Amino acid sequence: MAKTQIAMKVNGKAVEALVEPRTLLIHFLREELSLTGPHIGCETSHCGACTVDLNGKSVKSCTMFAVQANGADILTIEGIANADGSLHALQEGFREMHGLQCGFCTPGMITRAHRLLQEIPNPSEQEIREGIAGNLCRCTGYQNIVKAIQYAAAKLSGVPAKEAAE
Amino acid sequence: MIPGAFAYHRPKSVAEAVGMLADLGDDARALAGGHSLIPMMKLRLAKPEHLVDLAGISELNGVRTEGGDIVIGSMTTQNELLRSDLLAAKLPILRETSLVIADPQVRNVGTLGGNVANGDPGNDMPAVMMCLGATYHVAGKGGERRIAARDFYQGAYFTALEAGEIVTSIRIPAPPAGHGYAYEKLKRKVGDYATAAAAAVLTLNKGAVNYCSIGLTNVAETPLWAEAAAKHLIGTTLDGGSVKKAVAAAEAITAPASDNRGPAAYRTKMAGVMLTRALARAKTRAA
Repeated sequence: MAKTQIAMKVNGKAVEALVEPRTLLIHFLREELSLTGPHIGCETSHCGACTVDLNGKSVKSCTMFAVQANGADILTIEGIANADGSLHALQEGFREMHGLQCGFCTPGMITRAHRLLQEIPNPSEQEIREGIAGNLCRCTGYQNIVKAIQYAAAKLSGVPAKEAAE
Repeated sequence: MIPGAFAYHRPKSVAEAVGMLADLGDDARALAGGHSLIPMMKLRLAKPEHLVDLAGISELNGVRTEGGDIVIGSMTTQNELLRSDLLAAKLPILRETSLVIADPQVRNVGTLGGNVANGDPGNDMPAVMMCLGATYHVAGKGGERRIAARDFYQGAYFTALEAGEIVTSIRIPAPPAGHGYAYEKLKRKVGDYATAAAAAVLTLNKGAVNYCSIGLTNVAETPLWAEAAAKHLIGTTLDGGSVKKAVAAAEAITAPASDNRGPAAYRTKMAGVMLTRALARAKTRAA
């Protein structure tokens, strides 16, 4: 089957490639671009481990073809850290609040939370839980993930990190 | 899980899309949000040789009013329905329904047109569209036609769409101001299809029902419009006895499958429970 030329921006960098139309976006990111942060979990659009940001919206990259993302602006977990290499408030929050155990869901969870905090800068606990309803975690029971996102929301709104952790 | 090979097409207009679908014939499928079709392709239950992606057709997007009707482009996503101020004001049942479909990521991609056109009895919008008396605008190579939602669904994944036709927009007569509404859905977890769900829209005049329409999701091979159930409620105050009669009439038209959501008898009863709750909530919202 003929390949299709695609071009997109991934984590701020322009990318061009020839892909088979059946190539899923998650496979393109992981195998062609070596961005293995987004994970392949359920492959059925339930678990959210493959979540990436596409044109300012959270999507599940296992249920989209790379050709559908032609021309898109994509952000993966690899592009979340601050420009100086320091951890983003969400990454710091997940570390400080013990928001992960095995870590498999974490890239998708943080990438989704990153968008959620732009949609709702100071979400309530309920809004956080609804916002991450498309991301499954089988370790934490979500309590500390919610706390990690609250930590980041507080830090990003200028509340000192220590106070946010308490 | 890797789908079979296919050629990808991205037309810019409805005319171009239906031309492609007609020329490519049975080997082609239209692609909307893809959150039903792509999983089917991964399982190789669907093996189209051509995908005609409708995402590049701007005329299929957006929500607008036309006379007393609300017209929604078929490629409008569930998330866009949630964000529409027009729908929040005129047709809030769509917001309530969108919120119980899948999860935020899927709602960013899944479309209203895909939801109603796919013919999956588990989809939530079809029963709501039957409840609301919506009409689907359909385009094919032979031209355009309109199909009532209540006539559209013929069996599981089997609809009134002819080969090569696509749904271009959904036209919904705006319910009267002050109508009560509710969509009640029983599901096992976020993102699940309904074990059973019920949509209700009604209006009250001095406490008595003067209009009522009811739709049921995932309790038969097709979504159901429970016409007889609604008739039992006209002129009543939604008192317990009348609601029981309506519930019995609604349960009578269900024919659910026994599956991992529960045995058939349970799902029928849950359709009744969802209807009871939907009517009660619709009543509290009716002016």
